[in-house]
Amino acid sequence: MTLRVKRLPQAVALLALVLFSLAPLYSALVVASRDNADLARATPPLVPGGRLLDHLGELVDRVDLGQAMVNSAVIAGVVAVANALLCTVAGFAFARLRFRGREALFAVVLASAMVPTQLGIVPVFMVVDALGWYDTLAAAIAPGLVSAFGVFWMRQACLEAVAPELVDAARVDGCSLARVYWHVALPALRGPAAVLGMLSFATSWNEFGWPLVALDPNDTPTAQVVLSRLAGGYYTDYPLVLTGVLVSIVPVLLLFVLFARKVVAVLLRGAAETGR
Amino acid sequence: MSRYTPYLLVAPFFLVFGAFGVFPLLYTAWVSTHHWHLIAGDGGFTGLTNYRDLLADPLFYNALGNTLSIFLLATIPQLALALGIASLLRRRGAAWQVLVLVPNVVPVVAVALVFGQLLGRDYGMVNFLLGRVGVGPVAWQADTWAAHLGVATMVMWRWTGYTALLYLAAMRAVPRELYEAAELDGAGGWQRFRAVTLPGIRPTLLFTAIASAIGGVQLFTEPQLFDGSGLAGAGGSDRQFQTVAMYLYEVGFSRFNAGYAAAMTWLLFLLCATFAITATTIARRIVRR
Repeated sequence: MTLRVKRLPQAVALLALVLFSLAPLYSALVVASRDNADLARATPPLVPGGRLLDHLGELVDRVDLGQAMVNSAVIAGVVAVANALLCTVAGFAFARLRFRGREALFAVVLASAMVPTQLGIVPVFMVVDALGWYDTLAAAIAPGLVSAFGVFWMRQACLEAVAPELVDAARVDGCSLARVYWHVALPALRGPAAVLGMLSFATSWNEFGWPLVALDPNDTPTAQVVLSRLAGGYYTDYPLVLTGVLVSIVPVLLLFVLFARKVVAVLLRGAAETGR
Repeated sequence: MSRYTPYLLVAPFFLVFGAFGVFPLLYTAWVSTHHWHLIAGDGGFTGLTNYRDLLADPLFYNALGNTLSIFLLATIPQLALALGIASLLRRRGAAWQVLVLVPNVVPVVAVALVFGQLLGRDYGMVNFLLGRVGVGPVAWQADTWAAHLGVATMVMWRWTGYTALLYLAAMRAVPRELYEAAELDGAGGWQRFRAVTLPGIRPTLLFTAIASAIGGVQLFTEPQLFDGSGLAGAGGSDRQFQTVAMYLYEVGFSRFNAGYAAAMTWLLFLLCATFAITATTIARRIVRR
């Protein structure tokens, strides 16, 4: 009996945690599947209605969310692959190769993570514009090609997973660096690199401020920009807007579900490192 | 391996950081001393006029104040709540860790739009629930404090679980013997938390506080989309929730005043650098103790 009483607060706290984490998403589903008339009742609806498909049809008629999602997917896809490749080789170099200035260069990587780069949005725009990249996918992609977080993190993965003796031994055998990397490092780094790719994809997919200014919203919008414009104006048609929101969440949520366990494991390990 | 190979491998990072981080920052210094239209370009050297105007600009201070207020409202409860969640999940499985990370993968735009609906004045669920206990209706967008709280709630929702996982990892790294020793000394749960857990995860606490500050000063999307009328970026009819990042956006991309925006960028970078140096100095002292 006492055991049960003791457990009750914990159970309540856990239930609150589930509500806290999921209630906003659930409410989006409720609103997206209801009419404005339902939402204006004295008691707002608590369970989903049956209008989601109608709203999806209306959404397709009103905005080109499909094209915008393709744009977003191309940008995020390139960013994900680039991060997985470039951060991995840089992390490998920082972890297992000896070269002059290595520590200093790595310190620059770490320090750059502290720079609030989004405040540089105006000068970065000027750079991209001077390159003639305004309203090209390159403008949206280039600043995200490789990240300090990714380099730091792949270096960590390399320190843990790739034994230095193995690299040295392979080199003594006359293996070229490319072959050492390909046969020794890469197999061990494939898992972390995939998680990094997934996280980079999500970050890029979710980005709003930069694609808003780097791309012409009437010509090459991303999914996030289309949604923000759909919600703009004096009147916001919430069922329609939140239908769009649900659609735009699907790709990142799917990826997350696929990688969830790995992402959590990696985060927990990385966090233990930063705490040291 | 040629001696240059390692440099070649790390070069992409420095190219990107140089082109989209360092160079724009330096270029900004030059732009900030000019009359500079974003599209038309250089309109002549003006010295420190942009900085002088900025330091006398009430809208700039308004944005700074809003940013600080929203940051504090979002961060203090977030870190406290994250500590609680981390303690709650210490002996639980990975499924719980996945659950608390869900809000973090939801796009910020989606978060802003969902909460914008929930915090609607007339038909929002939050005001409905508050009405049941006799509060409200709260004008979440029009009232300054309510708006700050609303924006802070979105930030909190998206980041609390992530922060909790960082704390969880740090807690698991605290040596078990310390807890056993404390228990032998007769310390209760709360005392163990204060005497063992908190000191044990201090570096992580500092890390999350600094990371929140870096995120806080760049806060843009949530407040930008909070007032519904989307792209103007005024942060409400009275600029009651306009952050510095929003004001920067307004000056640069609505007024096309690149010179003024450049001055603001530099001033904000200096503020951040001062803050970061002060914070790390203090942090070093605390950690060493």
